[in-house]
Amino acid sequence: MCGSEKFEVILSVNDLHIEFHDHKQPQTAVEDFDLELSKGEIVGIVGESGSGKSLSALAIAGLLSRHDMYKSGRIMFEGEDLLTCNRRKLRTFQGDEISMIFQEPMTSLHPVKKIGWQTEESLRIHHPEIDKKERRLRAISMLGKVGLHEPERVYDMYPHELSGGMRQRVMIAAAMIGHPKILIADEPTTALDVTVQAQIVDLLKSINKEEGTSIIFISHDLSLVRQICSRVLVMQKGVVVESGSVNDIFTRPKNLYTRKLIASIPRVDLTSEKKDI
Amino acid sequence: MKLSMIKKFKDKKINSFLLWGLILTGIMLLIVVIGIFWTPYDPTKMSASEKLQGISLRHILGTDNKGRDIFSRVMYGSRITLGIACGTMVIGAGLGTILGAITGYFGGFLDEVFMRIVDAMLAFPSILLALVIVSLFDSGNIVVMVALGIAFIPSFARIVRSEVLRCRTMDYVENARIQGASDFRIIFRHIMPNITGVLWSSVLIGFNNAVLAEAGLSYLGIGSQPPYDSLGNMLSSAQQFMVKNPICVLGPGFAIVWMVLGFSFLGEGLRKKA
Amino acid sequence: MKYILKKASMMVLTLIAVSILVFLAFNLIPGDPATRILGTEATESQLQLLRQEMGLNDPIYVRYLRWIWNFIRGDLGESYSYGSVSALILDKIPITIWLAIMAFFLMFVISIPLGIFTARHEGGVIDKIVVVLDQVIMAIPPFFSGIIITLVFGLTLQLFVPGGFVSYKIDFWGFIGYLVFPAIAIALPKITMCVKLLRGSVIEEISKDYTRTAYSRGNTTRGVLYRHVLKNAMIPVITFMGMALADMVSGSIVIEQVFNIPGIGRMLLSSINNRDYPVVEAIIMGIAILVMVVNLIVDIIYRLVDPRIEAIND
Repeated sequence: MCGSEKFEVILSVNDLHIEFHDHKQPQTAVEDFDLELSKGEIVGIVGESGSGKSLSALAIAGLLSRHDMYKSGRIMFEGEDLLTCNRRKLRTFQGDEISMIFQEPMTSLHPVKKIGWQTEESLRIHHPEIDKKERRLRAISMLGKVGLHEPERVYDMYPHELSGGMRQRVMIAAAMIGHPKILIADEPTTALDVTVQAQIVDLLKSINKEEGTSIIFISHDLSLVRQICSRVLVMQKGVVVESGSVNDIFTRPKNLYTRKLIASIPRVDLTSEKKDI
Repeated sequence: MKLSMIKKFKDKKINSFLLWGLILTGIMLLIVVIGIFWTPYDPTKMSASEKLQGISLRHILGTDNKGRDIFSRVMYGSRITLGIACGTMVIGAGLGTILGAITGYFGGFLDEVFMRIVDAMLAFPSILLALVIVSLFDSGNIVVMVALGIAFIPSFARIVRSEVLRCRTMDYVENARIQGASDFRIIFRHIMPNITGVLWSSVLIGFNNAVLAEAGLSYLGIGSQPPYDSLGNMLSSAQQFMVKNPICVLGPGFAIVWMVLGFSFLGEGLRKKA
Repeated sequence: MKYILKKASMMVLTLIAVSILVFLAFNLIPGDPATRILGTEATESQLQLLRQEMGLNDPIYVRYLRWIWNFIRGDLGESYSYGSVSALILDKIPITIWLAIMAFFLMFVISIPLGIFTARHEGGVIDKIVVVLDQVIMAIPPFFSGIIITLVFGLTLQLFVPGGFVSYKIDFWGFIGYLVFPAIAIALPKITMCVKLLRGSVIEEISKDYTRTAYSRGNTTRGVLYRHVLKNAMIPVITFMGMALADMVSGSIVIEQVFNIPGIGRMLLSSINNRDYPVVEAIIMGIAILVMVVNLIVDIIYRLVDPRIEAIND
C-alpha cells in the first residue's frame, strides 16, 4: 500500500479550526487541519500530547459538541458536513459508519455492563430490525474475529474480568460490529504492554485488509505509525507541520520537528533492519 | 486525552458557601457570646401581663405563654444547645479518633472485636442510641452530652480507622518505622497530621448532627430539663400556643436552622476549597 | 453467592453483639426489676419470691440465653404495666412501618427525577435554586418542619386535622391520608440529601471516559444518561437509601410526637419515661434487626448492580 495510488476519497477535512473559549482569551487548539482519507487507507497522525491530534480525531468522530468550544472548517463525509449537520444526522453515522476506539480500554468500557451488551450496542441503536438472537451471534462472531478465545464466555463477562489487551480487543469488536467505513483509533496501544501493542497493531492491520476499513491511527509513537500507516500527518502545537507518505517522511523529513521526533525513536532503524533480515 | 482533564478547565467558581458560612456562624456566635454577659430580659423571668405577645420593639421576638422574652430565651437556649454539641464532639470525636487510630494501627483480635462493637452500635441511628443511654440513666444536660458523645464514637472511630489503615502502609510511615520511631509517635506525629483534613470535615458534619440530635432529644422532653431550656425544649412547649402566637415556635426553630445552616455552609465551603 | 453468605454471617455476628450489648445494658444498669415492679415498700421475702419467679437469681449468661431464646420464638417478655410486649408491638408496628414506607416512597419518587434533572442542567436556574434549597432544608430538623407543616397545612390551610389520627383498623384510607404530611416531614431532609448525592454522582459519572464511548456509538444524550450513566450513578445512592430507610424509622419517633401518632415511637418514648424496660429493650432490638436486614438487602442489591464488588472483596 502506497500513498501515491489514487483511491476513492471517503472523508475530507478542510481548514479545521478548534478553539477553546472557556478562558479569558480564546485558545487555539487546532489550526488549518486538512486531511483526505481514501477507502481502505491507514493514515497516521503523530505528535506529542497537546499537539491537537486527539482533538482533531474527536472532531471527526463528532464527539466535540461542547458549547465552550468553537469549531470551523468542513468535515465532509458522504455528502454531509459533520461539523454543521444536525445531531440526528450525525448520530446515524456514529458507531455505524464512523467508529472510534480510545486510549484507555480500562475506563472506556462501561464498568458494570456485560461485554456482550457493550459489543452489540451499535447494532441495537442503528439496526433495531436485527433481532436479539442474531445480534448475539454477530457479537460473538466479532469477538472471535478480534482474537478473543471462547467468545461465548467473554460475551457474558464484565470488563474487570479481562486484561487490558483483551479490553482493547473488545473495544475494537464493538467498534467494528457495524462494519464502519472509518475507524478512528486514538492512541489505542499507549496504555498497553509492548507485546500486546504489537498484537493490537496486527489486529488493526488485518481488519483493514479484510474489511477494507479506512483507519485513522493516532499515536505519539512514530515507530508504531511506521509499522501500520501508509501516510502520516505530523502535528505540533495544533498545526500540521508535515505530511506525506511514510517512506518520504522517514527517509527525507523536511521539518525540523519531524526530524527530532524521528531521532527520538529509540533505535528504530535497528529494529526495522532486523525485520528486513 | 481523558475527559476529566477537559472538564477541569472550567471549574473555577467563587466560593460563596464559605463566605455565607462565616457570616451566619459569626453572627450566631456573636449573639451567643453576648448572651453570656447580657440578655435584653432575664430569660426565666415570667410576666403575667405580657403573655404571648407578637413582634414589637419591646420584645423583638415577642413573648411566650408565661410572658418570657423569646429573644432572650433563644440567646440562652442557643448557648445550651451549642455547649452540648461542643461537648458531644469533644467526647465523640476525641474518643472515636483515639480508639479508631489505635485499633486501626495495631489491628489483630482487638481490632476485630472493636469493629464488631462499632458495627453493633452503628446499627442504631445516633438519636436512638442516645435515647437509650439517657433512658438508662437520667435526663439532664450532662447525661445528654455524654450519651450523644458515646453515640458519635462509632462513626468517628470508623472514619479514623479506615484513614489510619490507608496511611499505615505509606512510605513515610515505613520510613519513620525504620528510623525507630515508637508506635505511639508514628500514630500521633506521623499519621494524624495527614488525616486532619478528613477529620475536620467529619467534625463539622458531626457538629450539625449533634445540634439536630440534641434539639430532637430535648424536643422529646428527654434532653435538658427546665429551667435550663435548650432550643428543643422551647419548641415543644411552644407548640401548643403556636396558633395564638406563631413566633413562639418560629423563633427557636429558626435559631436551630440558622446554626446548622452556618456550619453546613462552612463545611461545604471548606470542602470545595480543598 | 459466596459474597452474600459472607455478608449474612457477618450480620449474624453483629446481631449477636447487639443483643449482648442491649441485654447487658438493660439488665445491669437500671437496677433491680423486682423492686421496680413491687415498689420500695415491698418486703425482702416478697422481692426474693418475685426474683425467683422472674429467674433473676440465675447466672447472667443463663438469663441472656433464656432471653434470646424467647426472643427468637417471638416471646418478647412482659411489660411492667401492659402485659405481653409482643402483642403491644404487633398492634403499633403497622403504623410506624406505613409511615416509613410512605416517607421512603416520597423520597424515591421525588429525589431521583430531581437529581437527574439538576445534574443534566448543571448550572442552570433550577439547578442553582435546588442546590441552595437543598442546603437550607437539610438544616431544618424534621420536628421543626413537622411543626411548620402543622401550622401551615393543618391550622392555616386546614388540609388535615392536627391530632386527628384514625387507626388503620377503622379507616385505612383516612389513616393513610393522615400520614401524608408526617411522611413529608420525615422525607424532606432525606430527599435533599438524596438529590445532592445523585446529582453529584451523575455529574461525576458523565465526565467519565465510558460516556464518550457511548456517544461514539451513536447514543442520544438521553440514551447515554439512562442506559449508561444512571446504573453507575445509582450505586452510592443505593447505600444512602438503605441508611435513609433505617433513619426514617428512628425519625418517626420524633415525628409521631409532633403529629400525635400512636406508633412505635410514641410507645418507645412513654416506655422510656415510665422506665418500662422490657418494652424499650424489645423495640431497640427490633430496630437493630430491621437496620441490619436492610443493610443485607442493600448489600445484595449492590452485588446485583455492581459485579466488581465480588472481585474487590475476595
